Amino acid sequence: MASGFDIVIVGAGIVGAACAAELAREGMRVAVVDRDIIGGGATAAGMGHIVVMDDSEAQFALTRYSRRLWRDLHSGLPPQAEYETPGTIWVAADESEMQEVRRKHEYYASRGVAAEILDSKMLAEAEPNLRPGLAGGLLVPDDAVVYPPVVARFLLERERGVSVIAGSAVRAITNDGVALEDGTRISAAKIVNAAGDASPNLTAGVRVAPRKGHLVITDRYPGFVRHQLVELGYLKSAHTHSAESVAFNVQPRRTGQILIGSSRQYGVTNADVDPAIVSAMLSRALQYMPGIGTLSAIRCWTGFRASTPDKLPLIGPAPGTDHVYLATGHEGLGITTSLATAKLLASQITGREPEIAVTPYLPARVMDGEKHA
Amino acid sequence: MPNLIQVTINGQAVTVPGGITVAAAVLLSGKSGIHRSPSGALRGPVCGMGVCFECRVTVNGRAHARSCLTTCEAGMEISADE
Amino acid sequence: MSDSANTVVVIGGGPAGIAAAACVAENGASTVLIDDNPRLGGQIWRSGGKIPQAKEAGHWLNRFMRSGAKLQCGTRIVDRLGTKSLLAESDRGIQRVDYSQLILATGARERLLPFPGWTIPNVVAAGGLQALVKGGAPIAGKRVAIAGSGPLLLAVATYLRLQGAVIVLIAEQAPWSRLVRFSAKLKSSPHKLWQAILMGVHLRGVRFKSSCWPIAARGESVLEQVEFQSKQGRFSVACDYLACGFGLIPNLELPRLIGCEVHNGFVAVDEWQQTSIDDVYCAGEPTGIGGIDSALCAGQIAGFATVGRKEKARGLFPARTRGKKFEETLAFTFALRPELRQLCQPETVVCRCEDVTYERLQPMTSWREAKLQTRCGMGACQGRTCGAVAEFLWHWQLASARPPVFPARVESLAGKTLTLEK
Repeated sequence: MASGFDIVIVGAGIVGAACAAELAREGMRVAVVDRDIIGGGATAAGMGHIVVMDDSEAQFALTRYSRRLWRDLHSGLPPQAEYETPGTIWVAADESEMQEVRRKHEYYASRGVAAEILDSKMLAEAEPNLRPGLAGGLLVPDDAVVYPPVVARFLLERERGVSVIAGSAVRAITNDGVALEDGTRISAAKIVNAAGDASPNLTAGVRVAPRKGHLVITDRYPGFVRHQLVELGYLKSAHTHSAESVAFNVQPRRTGQILIGSSRQYGVTNADVDPAIVSAMLSRALQYMPGIGTLSAIRCWTGFRASTPDKLPLIGPAPGTDHVYLATGHEGLGITTSLATAKLLASQITGREPEIAVTPYLPARVMDGEKHA
Repeated sequence: MPNLIQVTINGQAVTVPGGITVAAAVLLSGKSGIHRSPSGALRGPVCGMGVCFECRVTVNGRAHARSCLTTCEAGMEISADE
Repeated sequence: MSDSANTVVVIGGGPAGIAAAACVAENGASTVLIDDNPRLGGQIWRSGGKIPQAKEAGHWLNRFMRSGAKLQCGTRIVDRLGTKSLLAESDRGIQRVDYSQLILATGARERLLPFPGWTIPNVVAAGGLQALVKGGAPIAGKRVAIAGSGPLLLAVATYLRLQGAVIVLIAEQAPWSRLVRFSAKLKSSPHKLWQAILMGVHLRGVRFKSSCWPIAARGESVLEQVEFQSKQGRFSVACDYLACGFGLIPNLELPRLIGCEVHNGFVAVDEWQQTSIDDVYCAGEPTGIGGIDSALCAGQIAGFATVGRKEKARGLFPARTRGKKFEETLAFTFALRPELRQLCQPETVVCRCEDVTYERLQPMTSWREAKLQTRCGMGACQGRTCGAVAEFLWHWQLASARPPVFPARVESLAGKTLTLEK
């Protein structure tokens, strides 16, 4: 039995890693357990987009706060973290979407987040490879892009007081720690369930469902895309609870490779690449960027987001327990909100005042106070 | 006697036997390096069969063509890294 | 490819694929052979160069041409679309390839191992240099050192010498004792023995060293000299090319994508060459590195099996058994020595596509971890070169195959055919 820890965190993805670093900085001895390698789950599969989103006030507050934390962190990151600030352009295809652009602009600007309206001509100048005839867009210049698996490892290795046990699955969360599949136990007074789409397996009543996504990456084409480009329809796609949807979402990587997304599917648990989904997703991309068609795609893959009923993560105590915390359910914003999650979680554990209100993210809002076994 | 065709390599006209690969044409033109690695190191073709991707060139405006698998055609415009 | 109802699709135009397709077509069934090279022949029967094709290759190519099998060159399978349906791409566009039965004959590629200077231009693979020369690269008068392991080295040396190259050295890493035993075994196969004698004739006077391998390649912007290690110590050789390959590794990407089980690094097949997937067969190097004879044999068995000519297939079982023994002999003779794991310096590039060095990979504990943390294997070759290195250096098992099997145009994966540009 491994002991001597104040906290054990289940999950060494970006969220678990950020929480570990934050709690260790508070002086705690932290063990982090993962069934696989550091950052091997959704952390490795996603786009690494750091974006302020206005789906709700609570989402906006969390993403704005967290994006600022990323900005504060970035100069300390290793070069392999590939942190860049290309900004995001929310692309409007027609006049009705331009109205949405204006609404967003007002929303962002009044909340202190820099944003600029681009008309059709400005959009074409900013991104010459977008098809002509688009109405314009909203540029959010401070949005960033990062390569998360390297950051997860960096965060875990940075603080003394963090021990990582990789390649060991947790069988159960117990009264005094966690029990691993191999029979060993790690004891700690507090446990954090940061297991992403696997979090329901360890804590009863957690309403996190896997939402499968596909991505395609191309060979190197420096300068073909300059900003992260997202169609405004993306919000409809992320919003909907329908079985599957695709949206135009394209990102330039520092290597010059172009990451093409995005797709969402409920109720699919196999990780196979579905050529029909890839086809639909790339067809959507071609509608916005016809020139992307002749680029060389070198790989497709999938990943599973941890989605919740109200699109907000679960950050705080698991109802019905006094020693289990949740840091999960981040859907497509895990990278963005990982750092803020760590701060909000740490504030609840230490009793310190959080920088933003934690109420909207408390698990109790979507969970009953079920007795934990 | 194979027919001769003209291609351009980095803007220079080069006469080569018809039917040879673009990789061979680049080598015939006197270059040994074809493609720069991410850190800028010049690389030449290696596997000759399209699995190592070190021989990539731009052919008629399309990037990342594997020159060892591409047959020269008259008028082809080839850009190799220098 | 309209009538897929009874079409046997063969992927790969080397000996195994050619033999399979010929047998299928000769028995009246509809078949098409798809290969990504501009011409039929795969690697070992690659056309080009001033020497006419080997008799055996010519015989089988003629047989294929007369059989009625259809041929599509310059076409690569990039993804599977569903059960019994594949997505193919060529420079002309895409097509859906439906099959009733599939024969995978995707062949092998060379294993490249890193050592200081291995990325300098004119350090090429052994078969790679032969392929480049067959494609028209000039070699007459050039000094070529050939190194690595396997019978391929001698075949390459023979070919290049006949093209006018000056072979300055053949360095085989296997020890002399094993090579002698290998040669003795050839006596049991007159065909192989005859090939060996022919080679011996063409390579008279060429310096040959066993227990010898390259430890450093040097040159300002192109290769100028190679330093070797041998039993007698180290020595350097001035040369224009180093043609270096350490054996063959099977091309498993497409079989894996389709879901075929792989055992001990090769596609698992039953006595009819059928894989773990119904109606999917595999023949040639992906089932075991055995050379031309094994490939022809297995290709024919698979071909006969798909058209129900089991008794003809059975007739080839003894030849296949002999071929399997030869595979074992090859593997034993040319097993790679442990010293080859010690060649890298910390700054030696291991992943060529992403420039990941040995020292960055050494602390990793698995292929996936290395990929995620260093980008090794994330480049254009998707681990074809560095994955084999990682397996050899650190015994890492590579992860599952993802599409596309080879880079494909975005529009192809979108299901759209080529947009022709000016």
